[in-house]
Amino acid sequence: MSHTETHWQDICHLDAIVPNAGRCALVKGEQIAIFRVKKNGNDALYAVHNHDPFSQANVISRGIVGSIDGKIVVASPIYKQHFCLKTGSCLEDDTAQLKTYPVRIENNRVQLSA
Amino acid sequence: MSNQLIVIGNGPVGHKFLESLVASGQADQFEITVFGEEPRHAYDRVHLTAWFESREAASLNMVPDGFYQANSIRCISGDKIISIDREHKRVTSEQGEELSYDKIILATGSFPFVPPVPGHDRENTFVYRTIEDLEAITAAAANSRVGTVVGGGLLGLEAAKALKELDLKTHVVEFAPRLMMVQVDDGGGSLLRGKIEDLGVSVHTGKNTQNIGDGDECFHKMSFADDSELETDLIVFSAGIRPRDELGKQCGLEMGERGGIVINDHCQTSDEAIYAIGEVALWGGRIYGLIAPGNAMAQAAVDHLLPGATASEFTGADMSTKLKLMGVDVASIGDAHGNSEGALSYSYVNEADEIYKKIVVSPDKKHLLGAVLVGEANDYGTLLQFALNKIELPENPESLILPALDGVSAGGLGVDMLPDSAQICSCNNISKGTLVEAVQSGCCNIGDLKTATNAATGCGGCTALVTQIMNAEMEKLGMEVNTDLCEHFPYTRQDIYNLVRVEKIHSFEQLIEQHGSGHGCDICKPTIASILATCWNDHILDDQHHVLQDTNDYFMANMQKDGTYSVVPRVAGGEITPDKLIVLGQVAKKYDLYTKITGGQRVDLFGARAETLPLIWRELIDAGFESGHAYGKALRTVKSCVGSSWCRYGVQDSVGAAINIENRYRGLRSPHKLKMAVSGCTRECAEAQCKDVGIIATENGFNMYVCGNGGMKPRHADLFATDLDYDTLIKYIDRFFMFYIRTADRLQRTSVWMENMEGGLDYLKSIIIDDKLGLCEELEAEMAHIVDTYQCEWKTTIEDPEKVQRFNHFVNSSNADSNVVFVRERQQIRPANEVERKDLINLKEIA
Repeated sequence: MSHTETHWQDICHLDAIVPNAGRCALVKGEQIAIFRVKKNGNDALYAVHNHDPFSQANVISRGIVGSIDGKIVVASPIYKQHFCLKTGSCLEDDTAQLKTYPVRIENNRVQLSA
Repeated sequence: MSNQLIVIGNGPVGHKFLESLVASGQADQFEITVFGEEPRHAYDRVHLTAWFESREAASLNMVPDGFYQANSIRCISGDKIISIDREHKRVTSEQGEELSYDKIILATGSFPFVPPVPGHDRENTFVYRTIEDLEAITAAAANSRVGTVVGGGLLGLEAAKALKELDLKTHVVEFAPRLMMVQVDDGGGSLLRGKIEDLGVSVHTGKNTQNIGDGDECFHKMSFADDSELETDLIVFSAGIRPRDELGKQCGLEMGERGGIVINDHCQTSDEAIYAIGEVALWGGRIYGLIAPGNAMAQAAVDHLLPGATASEFTGADMSTKLKLMGVDVASIGDAHGNSEGALSYSYVNEADEIYKKIVVSPDKKHLLGAVLVGEANDYGTLLQFALNKIELPENPESLILPALDGVSAGGLGVDMLPDSAQICSCNNISKGTLVEAVQSGCCNIGDLKTATNAATGCGGCTALVTQIMNAEMEKLGMEVNTDLCEHFPYTRQDIYNLVRVEKIHSFEQLIEQHGSGHGCDICKPTIASILATCWNDHILDDQHHVLQDTNDYFMANMQKDGTYSVVPRVAGGEITPDKLIVLGQVAKKYDLYTKITGGQRVDLFGARAETLPLIWRELIDAGFESGHAYGKALRTVKSCVGSSWCRYGVQDSVGAAINIENRYRGLRSPHKLKMAVSGCTRECAEAQCKDVGIIATENGFNMYVCGNGGMKPRHADLFATDLDYDTLIKYIDRFFMFYIRTADRLQRTSVWMENMEGGLDYLKSIIIDDKLGLCEELEAEMAHIVDTYQCEWKTTIEDPEKVQRFNHFVNSSNADSNVVFVRERQQIRPANEVERKDLINLKEIA
């Protein structure tokens, strides 16, 4: 079975995610944290797995969004490690990694491919 | 090989000896026994007067828990050695214990000299040396009106302060023509006398007491050689010390003509197996009655005992001192009286501000020999360094004590001029080199530096100099003290607080646009959210604020390890009706929450999923509960004991006060959490002295304590003000909190804030009580705004459907997080551990 184009799944209206914050979506049984970040007035979306590898809790979507050394990051709300939203890599521990997912805005709807 | 070492005397110097020996890492060569005749272990006699603040002997304790056990030291309290048999090398104790020894350390100290005038041993006469003495003085003061101290030296004035604070009409009687004869000259003495009399203490100098007999109006009548008389109810003798040298006499050691056991530079007595250190020892014909020389002797003895160690020798000590006597700064350095041949002196007298300064210099005006400072002693550290290190004086030595009229600091001493060997902290013998090394290995604030080196932990006189050395060294290392909040804001928290206030900035976006860069982070966002909340008190979940909040504030509950939350409704003062308690039980039961009583007298409900929080709070609010802010860097609880309403001993309504105070400050956002407590009497059942602000009721009002802490690094709170009426108490707390919030660093508790404050408690008092900076009105107005605009964050939130929907775990599903799994233990839920969770989730999937 081969995909020539990505299959986008509709998640929610863009307004359901407040700028510079995250929400968790349930996609095919997976928990995925979607973040909406304002950059120069435009919205950028990021999606990473919601599971925090350090606490084993599904809480990444509840972290504070920010930037460190130019990277857009989220800080785990439990033990405060930072994860790069673009790559999913952990700034404090290179053995830890969040899975990332393609995500986009289409007609003010958030769409994700998982 | 057993090597029996007996330390006789468990006072500060005896203990310092043990500490130094342990620190050498070679204590295990000896079998050590220490004898102390007092019922308790070594305590800090230098700060004896501090006992009055807490009336707790523990606050002066110098021996860390487990010190003796950990180092295999046998410690015998309440028994003393009464004889030494040098021929057979054995000692015998009062209670009949006999021990043989290889070496003895005599650290028996001294006893207070009581002039042998008739009546000196009447009832209600005391000395000022031990905790037991202070307890006896306190008991006697309860039935007295007038108290007199015989002796106007350093310790006598401390004792006078104590009597004054025990509410006695206080007199000081001194034989010499002025106070502090040894340390201060005529000019300084008269100024000191004036200042002390201003405080309501009567000073009588040149008085030779001839007799003490029955008084007419008071218990005693003292008669003096000049035929004058003084009536007083109690007398404290503080007329100097005499060495406790009876063991030396008993076993035939070489003694000084007027007492004291003669020692050499290694602190050995005439018997080389016996050392003497501290106030019992006579070196160079002199007894050293200060802690610093005692500590130096202890070190010299340790060094000599250990084979192969580079021996430090005791070769006399500098007797310079700086202290605060009844609020008056007094300092004396070296040859304060200008007795050296050809010495020249300069003095500066400012009667208006009551300041006296004198320096004594060498005939060629190149070196400082001594100094006297009264009324202001800020120059002490600098002058002491000039004297100790023989640093060449500036061309006009008087510039060292003249005020800086043009605002430019006069002939100060750059710390760079000091050699590494310069002794900075004389109490603990810490050199500049040691401080510099500590800074190089990472101490970047004064609190850390004090902990790492012990500098400035004795009399504290060197704090300013230690800070200067730290700052200079950090600058040199290019470690330019980076106090920036984070990479997004080149400002300290305090700077940002001021920017927000002054420029009336109401949102994070506005602040980062005008003063910062980047997107912010999990450091600056919550910090600035907190500052905005203190300044403007908007709802923390308002649109511009809610994305700044840590998850605890965002969900207004405390996140636990499994991603669920705990809920703590406010129970002001710990007082709760049966009906409300039942509601808590019903809610916990309905939502299956784990229930635990907190240390702050509330009930914590654990295991709530984010999406159930608004439902839980709807029920709590309907029953009259409100947010307890257990999730915030905010006021937590005001704990209380039951107080005068029920307790046999209570003197005030501590519960009522606690409820009012908690309701006043509820919701107050601050750099870190704030805890308070109110105790209804001095028994202190509410444990107020480990709180940020603690209040202890007295018969006349309330005593206020500040900057205490429990937790990882406990700190006993400082007594800030006494016998306040309720309104004044509230005024001081308002000012204290707002000043802390304005000036503290991020996540800095009041205890650490205090440890790092230059000027310490006195400085804080000058701002909060005396309004030295003219801030108080502003601070009170800022607090009034917060009190007036209080809202229950939860009540406002559940009334807003848009906010409520943010609590759902999924944005696109009403399901719950299937990863949250509980098991039961002791009839309640707890998070499943990893193994249990995998099993349970598998079971569910199979089903």
